[in-house]
Amino acid sequence: MNARIAYIASNTFREAVRDRVLYNLIAFALLLSGAAIFVGQISIEIEKLVVINLGLTAVSLFGVVIAIFIGIGLVSKEIEKRTLYTVLSRPVRRWEFIIGKFFGLAGTLVVNTFFMAIGVFGALFYVAHKFTRPDALILVALYFIVLQFLIICALALLFSSFSSPLLSAVFAFSLFVIGSFAEDLRGFAGMAHGLTRWLASGAAYLVPNFSAFNVISSIAHEQPVAAQLIFHNTLYALFYAAMALSGAVLIFEHRNLK
Amino acid sequence: MTAPQRTTIVASSALVFCMAASVFVLRRVDQIRPQATLDDVLYINSPKALKRASLGYNGLLADIYWTRAVQYFGGRHHNSATSYNLLAPLLEITTALDPHLLPAYQFGASFLAPAPPDGAGQPDRAIQLMEYGIQNNPTEWRLYYNLGFVYYMDVKNYAKAAQAFARGSEVPGAHPFLKILAAQMAQHAGEFDTARMLWTATYETSQDSLIRQNALEHLRALKVDEDVTNLQAAVTRFGQRTGRLPSGFSELIAAEGWRSVPVDPDGKPYRFTPEGRLLVQQPDDFPFVTKGLPPGYRPPVKFHDRH
Repeated sequence: MNARIAYIASNTFREAVRDRVLYNLIAFALLLSGAAIFVGQISIEIEKLVVINLGLTAVSLFGVVIAIFIGIGLVSKEIEKRTLYTVLSRPVRRWEFIIGKFFGLAGTLVVNTFFMAIGVFGALFYVAHKFTRPDALILVALYFIVLQFLIICALALLFSSFSSPLLSAVFAFSLFVIGSFAEDLRGFAGMAHGLTRWLASGAAYLVPNFSAFNVISSIAHEQPVAAQLIFHNTLYALFYAAMALSGAVLIFEHRNLK
Repeated sequence: MTAPQRTTIVASSALVFCMAASVFVLRRVDQIRPQATLDDVLYINSPKALKRASLGYNGLLADIYWTRAVQYFGGRHHNSATSYNLLAPLLEITTALDPHLLPAYQFGASFLAPAPPDGAGQPDRAIQLMEYGIQNNPTEWRLYYNLGFVYYMDVKNYAKAAQAFARGSEVPGAHPFLKILAAQMAQHAGEFDTARMLWTATYETSQDSLIRQNALEHLRALKVDEDVTNLQAAVTRFGQRTGRLPSGFSELIAAEGWRSVPVDPDGKPYRFTPEGRLLVQQPDDFPFVTKGLPPGYRPPVKFHDRH
């Protein structure tokens, strides 16, 4: 990574960490993990299951909300505050600005996930009093959640590069919901015939596929995740994020900022 | 070449490459992951809970659940499954979310009632579904017709079937054949005639091409079943008269005074075996026939799979 991208990324990270909304969301995630302990105590034999399910779901949902609500403002806020012009008047290229913003936001989310994960493991230890070998699988679920964040960050940036923050939030959140049902979408597309089938399949492949990243439930039941799936999910997240970032770069490169 | 131009070319190439690569990888992911999302998962199985959770968008949710029910049935039917455990709950959820979604009752009952592998083999659930449909849509005569159909075809309860057709015939605007059907049931009319009337009515009143084609196939199969029954009766009569089986079709034709060899709906003559059995020449062309099939015959592809 060149120095300019690293500098924009670290600035984005600093700005995000200073954001009060971010702290509130982390607090909420920790609170939810606390609630997991409470639910665990009033249910029978599923305390650990509840902690893992609820904890990881909280990490995922709060991370998605953070990714969308910070990601959508990354470009538009800079234009609004006119700080973008100062940045671009220096020897910084537009694509470097986009990539730097992406790494900054992704870094923020990784750090957030790290702290939320500590909360989940803490709650798990509180409930089970010890860690067992299958608990390490939670790390795989967390890794998949981070991969999911990369895609959402890239999408939020893509929308932010041409749209208003409000519309970007709507687009990004809609894609998140649609992407969670991507497998069902492909199933429906498979039922169609002729041109409709091609068009529906094309649309189903174009939206992000988040269902493959959701292994929370199976991991809560201590079911292992295939190494192949980890490898292919990694590749998919990287390719999809790169695709969305390329789109963002293309749009931002040709955007009239005057 | 200027720097922005270079960026555009690189970004465009990256976009196309990454798009193709992500589709390729996603296809690999699909191969690795077990296909469970649509087949065997009923996220919420309480219709009331789901209706509340739909936040008023129950119409759309009903459409989605109906589509899921169709997909669930289609997928399992394609794989020749013998159990359809989620079908009834899916249909119940669909109709609880939208009690006026008529296709869910009409087609849902035809998925539920027939014995596996053609259906779920749950005629009782089909009847419950139809009664719920009638309760919510009392002016839809087709629902009474479908209820009578299930009673006649799958439960073989002719009194109940007659009752359902009679109730339907009282609905304003009901098709006149409901009265005839009710009368035929009450008189215990011949099975072939009644079945023919039911399938003809299905053919004439449905707008769906697949349903019409299905009804047509049933009518063709009925013709074969009826022909084979009549021919077999002729063989029995010949045996009673002569004390032996006819040596071939020509002897049977001469004895019965027929003008030509009887043919199936495709115009192909029936086969007469030395054991005195009458068989259809191409059983694969008649997916729903129950008579005239060679011993041990199993249809290679089901009718629905061909469409």
